[in-house]
Amino acid sequence: MQGLTVKGLDCVRGERLVFAGVALAVNPGRALLLSGANGSGKSSLLRILAGLLQPAAGTLAWEGEDIATDSEAHRRRIAYVGHADPVKPGLTVCENLEFWARLYGFEPGIEPALYQFGIEHLADLPARYLSAGQRRRLTLARLAAGQNSPAGPPLWLLDEPAAGLDPDAVAMLANSILAHLANEGVAVIASHGGRLDEALDGHTSRLVLQDDAP
Amino acid sequence: MIRLLLLIRRELKLAFRGGTDAAMAVVFFILAATLFPFGIGPDIEVLPRIGGGVIWVVALLASMLSLERMFSADYEDGSLEQFVLSPLPMGMVALAKMISHWLTTGVLLLAAAPVLAVFYNLPSTAFVPLIVSMLLGTPTLSLIGAIGAALTLGARRSGVLISLLVLPLYIPVLIFGSLVVDSALAGREYGSLLMVLGGFLLVALATAPWATAAALRQAID
Repeated sequence: MQGLTVKGLDCVRGERLVFAGVALAVNPGRALLLSGANGSGKSSLLRILAGLLQPAAGTLAWEGEDIATDSEAHRRRIAYVGHADPVKPGLTVCENLEFWARLYGFEPGIEPALYQFGIEHLADLPARYLSAGQRRRLTLARLAAGQNSPAGPPLWLLDEPAAGLDPDAVAMLANSILAHLANEGVAVIASHGGRLDEALDGHTSRLVLQDDAP
Repeated sequence: MIRLLLLIRRELKLAFRGGTDAAMAVVFFILAATLFPFGIGPDIEVLPRIGGGVIWVVALLASMLSLERMFSADYEDGSLEQFVLSPLPMGMVALAKMISHWLTTGVLLLAAAPVLAVFYNLPSTAFVPLIVSMLLGTPTLSLIGAIGAALTLGARRSGVLISLLVLPLYIPVLIFGSLVVDSALAGREYGSLLMVLGGFLLVALATAPWATAAALRQAID
C-alpha cells in the first residue's frame, strides 16, 4: 500500500518560492484533491509529479522507490492532463484520439473511449468545429483509452480536468476516475471544488496549498 | 520507429490540410527569385552566373518561413508536454518534426528549383548539380532551423530571433551549395563539394535532434 509518496518538496519559479516542504502520500485506489488559491502552486506540483518541472528540493517515490532512479519508467506510469487541450483542429476527433492512443500504445481502447465521453457521434468531425467542452472531453477520452488498454498508466495527474465540462461530462469523468481507483490506480487532481469533488467523495483526501509559503 | 512514422504522418496531414505554410514557402521561393532579374536586368550573360547563388539564397530564406510554426502550436496546445511524457524520446520527436519540415518545404523547393534554373538560363549541365546540392543542403537547413525554432519557443518576436540565430549557421551550406553550381558551370569537379554538403548533413543529423530536444525540454520547464 505505498502508491505515491512525496517528502519535503520545494518549488521555485523564477525568483519566487511557490511552495515549500510539501509532503503527501496517496495509496493505490485513492485520489488526492489539490486545492488552494490561484498561484498557490497546484499546477506546478502536478508538473513536478509528472517530471515536467524540476523541484528545488524534496523526494518523490512510487511504490517506495525514488522516481529519480528511473525517470523513464516514471513517465510510462503517468497520464497527465494539463490546462490546455492537445487537440489539432486540422484532424478529426477520431484522428486526434487515435494519434495519442497509438503514440502511448493504447490502441485497443480508442473506440470505447469515444463512447465513454459521449463523443462517438463526433468521431469524423474536424476538431476545429468542437466547442471548448467537447475539446476537453476529447482530451479526457485519452485517459479512458489508457484505461481500456493493458498499457494504461496507474498514476493520473489531472489539472482542473472538469473545467468547461457540462454536468453530464463531469459525471462521465467521475465514473472514469472511480473506475481507475477501483483498479488500484492513483489520481492527483487539482480542483476548485464542485460536482467532481462531490462525485469522488469517500475516495479522496485533500491537500490545500497555502498561498504564502514559509 | 513506428511512433516516429506516426508523428511524421500526423505532421504531413496537418501541413497538407492546413496548406498555407508549405504553399507560402514555395510561392515565396519562386516570387523572390523572380525579382532579381527585374532588379539587375535580363542580361543573358549575367543571369546564369548569379543563378545558382540566387536560387540557394532564396531557398534558404524560404525554408525559414515556416520555422516559427514548427513547435509553437504544440507548445501552446500542450502537445509538447504530452510528447515529453510519451514513450517516443524527445530527440525522435524533434527528428520527426525536422523530417516533416523538410518534406513540406525542402521537397517542394527541390521541385520548383528546375523551373527557376530555366528562368536563370542555367545550362542543363548545372541542373543535376543544383538539384543534388539542394537535396543534400535543404535537409541540413531544416535540421539547423529546428534548433533555432526550439531555442526561441515562447519568446516574443521569435521569428526575428530565429533568423538571427540560424542565418549565420546557414552560411556554410549556402557557400558550398552555390559553389557546386558555379563549379559545374565552369566545368570543374564538384563531387568533393557535394561530399562536404553531405558531411554537413551527417553532422547536423547526429547533433541537431538532441540539441533541439534539450531546448524543447528547457522551453516547457
